[in-house]
Amino acid sequence: MRRISALAFTLLASTAMADGQIWVTNEKDDTVSVIDVDTLEVVQTYPTGERPRGVTFSHDYSRLYICASDSDTVQVMDPNTGEILRDLPSGEDPEQFILHPDNRHLYIANEDDAVTTVVDTENRRVVAQINVGIEPEGMAVSPDGKIVITTSETTNMAHWIDTSTHELFANTLVGARPRHAEFTEDGTKVWVSSEIGGTITVFNVADQSELGKVRFAIQGVNDDLIQPVGMKFSPDQTKVYVALGPSNHVAVVNAETLEVEKYILVGRRVWHMAYSPDQTQLFTTNGVSGDVTVIDVAREEAIKSIKVGRFPWGAAMRPTSN
Amino acid sequence: MSWFIALRAILHREALRFVGQRGRLVAALVRPLVWLFIFAAGFRAALGLSITPPYQTYITYETYIIPGLLGMICLFNGMQSSLSLVYDREMGSMRLLLTSPLPRWWLLMAKLLAGTLVSILQCMIFLGIAAIWGIRPPVVGYFAVLPALLVTGLMLGALGLMLSSVIRQLENFAGVMNFVIFPMFFMSSALYPLWKMREVSPLLADLCAVNPFTQAVEMIRFALYGQPNLPALGWTLLALVAFAGVAVWGYDPARGVQSRKG
Repeated sequence: MRRISALAFTLLASTAMADGQIWVTNEKDDTVSVIDVDTLEVVQTYPTGERPRGVTFSHDYSRLYICASDSDTVQVMDPNTGEILRDLPSGEDPEQFILHPDNRHLYIANEDDAVTTVVDTENRRVVAQINVGIEPEGMAVSPDGKIVITTSETTNMAHWIDTSTHELFANTLVGARPRHAEFTEDGTKVWVSSEIGGTITVFNVADQSELGKVRFAIQGVNDDLIQPVGMKFSPDQTKVYVALGPSNHVAVVNAETLEVEKYILVGRRVWHMAYSPDQTQLFTTNGVSGDVTVIDVAREEAIKSIKVGRFPWGAAMRPTSN
Repeated sequence: MSWFIALRAILHREALRFVGQRGRLVAALVRPLVWLFIFAAGFRAALGLSITPPYQTYITYETYIIPGLLGMICLFNGMQSSLSLVYDREMGSMRLLLTSPLPRWWLLMAKLLAGTLVSILQCMIFLGIAAIWGIRPPVVGYFAVLPALLVTGLMLGALGLMLSSVIRQLENFAGVMNFVIFPMFFMSSALYPLWKMREVSPLLADLCAVNPFTQAVEMIRFALYGQPNLPALGWTLLALVAFAGVAVWGYDPARGVQSRKG
């Protein structure tokens, strides 16, 4: 029996999983943990600046950008060696950022300064600083690169930035403490999650009008604990996976009806997520339990939790070729 | 040949009793289902339990207690089936069987096997209901759990046989409930993980760990996830041999307790 199951597992593994790594920032340990997608084990841990949070790769995956919040800088790491190549000027307390489709400009939310800083990663200069609401955090860029969204945690707004002028062209109210924003693949809608409000507001990008709100309720869990933060669209764009913070669940939301279809139990205080290269698995960072839960996307079930450093926060995927 | 006729007869009789007494099946299922739907709901722990092997991620409390409830089915069924011998021995068919020239141990083992098969059937029905309720172990678990349930059923049935060899009246079943079933069930990992018990009292945790029921539940727990738990299997088998040995000794008319009671 075991042999058959082992064989089935191997077959499944070889067909379904592409090689890749998930890079996770550990807020308290000042490190990044590298998880091998194939073995689901931590294969490497590299030191970073203080309190690393937001994390993303350059489009060719040759550079890893890390928001080292308490070091007040964005660090550039060589993912092949783990070496910090340089620090970018980022403004104070960078928490989240987004790499523009031009693969050159980073839009960084500076939580303490109420500004969004635009940094040119090639000549390492600050291109612009845009005044936004208080405690900006969530960042998203439209697929065509024309619009950047910053959400401000205290002003409770999504600020719409025109990337050609680096000026705000709209501000829209959302639920309390918005911390993350995500565009649909076609760029027609943007989803903004509100941590304290416990809701997600969906906007029509064309006229910035509100299309609807997603609300959550988990049986047996106090509403106060349901705090949506990270979001990921399913590969076919029909569903959205939402990390619900201290409720320890990831919600599966129907992208059309905005109804929650399922809640998946993961580790404690789930922040953000990243897909495996073939998008069959979703990795969630669980801050309080210090681990990463792997969700089988097809079955919508948690299959494993992997210990990483203390307070894992951001996650980014990097394909590898063996 | 006659050995197998006896085995078949005992299995057939147990099957008839199982089919004939629908109430018994319902009663046997209601107990664990009440625990699953009501007790586990109260203790829901919707925020998840810590990860302990064989689980690889966070689980709900309902998922945790499934193996314990399978153990509970085997425990109650094993006790009932074996203790029915107290009655059977006096006026039922076992009275005739025990007078047959076949060895007593064979008859007792046949009775044990028959009771265990009924337990396994009940367990599988329970797993089916749990699956409808949304608690589904991996598919491989439904097959791997069968041998684990067989060993568990035999061990608990043998315990019942051992007790039935010293109990003369069925009225003593209440005593068995108090002194055997409850301590065995509550002093096990069926309802709470041992590490949790260890936080409260290391001594209690050690007592729980030597409880064969704990080991049987852990064996079932691992089997449900397609993993062997050899130490648990070893301990359960050891208990099975010990209980069955005492039962056979107890039923031996020449040496056992029966003869002394006269």
